[in-house]
Amino acid sequence: MDAQGEHRTQRYLTAFVVSFGVWLALVGTLNWQELLMGGVLSAIVAALGWRYFSQVGFSRLTPKKFLYLIAYIPVFFWAMIKANFDVAYRVIHPRMPIHPGVVLIKTDLKSDSGKLALANSITLTPGTLTMDVEGDSMLIHWINVKSTDTKETTRMISEKFERFLKVIFS
Amino acid sequence: MYIFGQVLIGIGTAFLFLGGLGIFRLPDVYNRLQAGTKCTTLGAFSTILGVGFIHPNWMLKAIVIAVFILLTNPISAHALARASYKSGVKLWDKSVVDRCKEFEECQEIPKEEEG
Repeated sequence: MDAQGEHRTQRYLTAFVVSFGVWLALVGTLNWQELLMGGVLSAIVAALGWRYFSQVGFSRLTPKKFLYLIAYIPVFFWAMIKANFDVAYRVIHPRMPIHPGVVLIKTDLKSDSGKLALANSITLTPGTLTMDVEGDSMLIHWINVKSTDTKETTRMISEKFERFLKVIFS
Repeated sequence: MYIFGQVLIGIGTAFLFLGGLGIFRLPDVYNRLQAGTKCTTLGAFSTILGVGFIHPNWMLKAIVIAVFILLTNPISAHALARASYKSGVKLWDKSVVDRCKEFEECQEIPKEEEG
């Protein structure tokens, strides 16, 4: 952490901007009283919590990462909607066609926030639920196991997200 | 706009109902969590967005709340699954494969054999 001392101001500013943005969205006006109050509160919140809020400053946000982030949102939502219909089908079907099991996958992502995003995406997508993360391996509960080999499951479950997340959190 | 909001709320409610049905029907903790997480996330998400469409001046608030749900719901499911796995809740009898043991052993040396 200390090696990143030069990012300190930037990380503080990131936390400030994010808190202020959330405040603006919540109050929904541009009245100067609201702006002043929001600014003071965001400054306090950012001063207390910038260490936990932001791992890196805005300078790491390149246009390419931003484009990948935008492109990731529809991919994620499509997978989520498919997941919902998948689960709904399994629940409604009289015989419940489930083959549950627990499998392992490996991830190439290094940063904590990247792993968090991957684990959340896996949880919200078809038939998979992240149970534990340790180092670079993840324990996944899969409602319809198609393969037990680590490489195969990694390819089937996480590849489509990792392509994007690798760029976003690199 | 009003009708679109109503439709979104209808879809959300349907998915919340299916999530509840899933919790009722599925056999073990982990499978129930699957139904619980996915259906409640999309259900709550589209219900809240539907409210935002019916009252357009609440839209920004609705989006903030929806994004918070989207970020935190999988984390709570993950915490529940991890807690039940650590405290030794058994998988369903007809589960196909269970690699929990292997996961604990293979922290350092990855194995490639089938579970």
